[in-house]
Amino acid sequence: MGLVEKGIRFIEKITKNAGYDQEWIILREDDTSPDYGVLPYQRPINEHIRNGVINLDKPPGPTSHEVVAWIKKMFELERAGHGGTLEPLYPQLG
Amino acid sequence: MTGVLPVALANATKVIGNVIHTIKEYVMVIQLHTPVDNERLREVLRYFTGVIYQRPPLRSSVKRVIRTRRIHYIDLLEHSDRYVLVRVGCEAGTYMRKLAHDIGLLLGVGAHMRELRRTRTGPYKEDETLVRMQEVSEALYLWRNKGDERYLRKIILPVETAIAHLPKIIIRDTAVDAVAHGAHLAVPGIVRLTKDVALNKTVAILTLKGELVALGTALKSAVEIANMKKGIVVRTKRVYMKPGIYPAVWKKRQEQ
Repeated sequence: MGLVEKGIRFIEKITKNAGYDQEWIILREDDTSPDYGVLPYQRPINEHIRNGVINLDKPPGPTSHEVVAWIKKMFELERAGHGGTLEPLYPQLG
Repeated sequence: MTGVLPVALANATKVIGNVIHTIKEYVMVIQLHTPVDNERLREVLRYFTGVIYQRPPLRSSVKRVIRTRRIHYIDLLEHSDRYVLVRVGCEAGTYMRKLAHDIGLLLGVGAHMRELRRTRTGPYKEDETLVRMQEVSEALYLWRNKGDERYLRKIILPVETAIAHLPKIIIRDTAVDAVAHGAHLAVPGIVRLTKDVALNKTVAILTLKGELVALGTALKSAVEIANMKKGIVVRTKRVYMKPGIYPAVWKKRQEQ
């Protein structure tokens, strides 16, 4: 399988897994060079971490903010963030 | 409260904000203050499906004015005596605790939220990708102490999963570096796009290898773009990829 086919398949797979359905309009055919860039799932491990998202099952107790702080510390990162607060006691937003 | 909390690492933090305003799904236990019959409960739950009015609760991070929120569905999973188990699909910013309270009001018996678990936030769901803190810790240990990165690769998803719900535009290698420098996207740089690209909608710009380059705002619909020969069609608003990864074709042309 060529690089382009692998790239498109990857995009189609993550879209489908997330429960979305999208159709393409193809304007032209083109190739991509193996000399630069990399398939997202083939990033070297350090790059993979820095460009990664963890679908975390938030434990009860800590706030979303605290959980993010733990992850940040565990991975020794300068930044981490979450997609939508899930608070321990109060109604969540987002 | 437990459940789906996507956590972005380092660079991925740049785009994780895009999943905040996506659909949410919860499983909630409501405790009724007096038992009601099942027929009446179903009737009231149906009433809360669709567009509802909600005033954010006292303990909330937004202004307390009545606003509307769409409840896509409320599935009654179990009902016994005072306890009601529901699955709710709703718009971002819907307060579940308030919903439970309001259901109690309409039933005329009073009710409150007893337990809550989020089962979906936009592209992230309660599926085989959902991991616990313990698994993260173990995967890190295996990588750092045993040099085995397989588990880490299993629990960390590529950043591209965070834009799975967005319309997409795939561009040629020769256009990548210009966009990575913040340039807007013109028609000749596009290889393919999804049909849901629409005016003023956020789109993800990707390489042919599937790498996220940037997020932008579409200036035309997919059909309009397909019928154009030239012109800017996406205003780049958030660059993800660092410049210099793809060759600077545009720079060479300038120098010539």
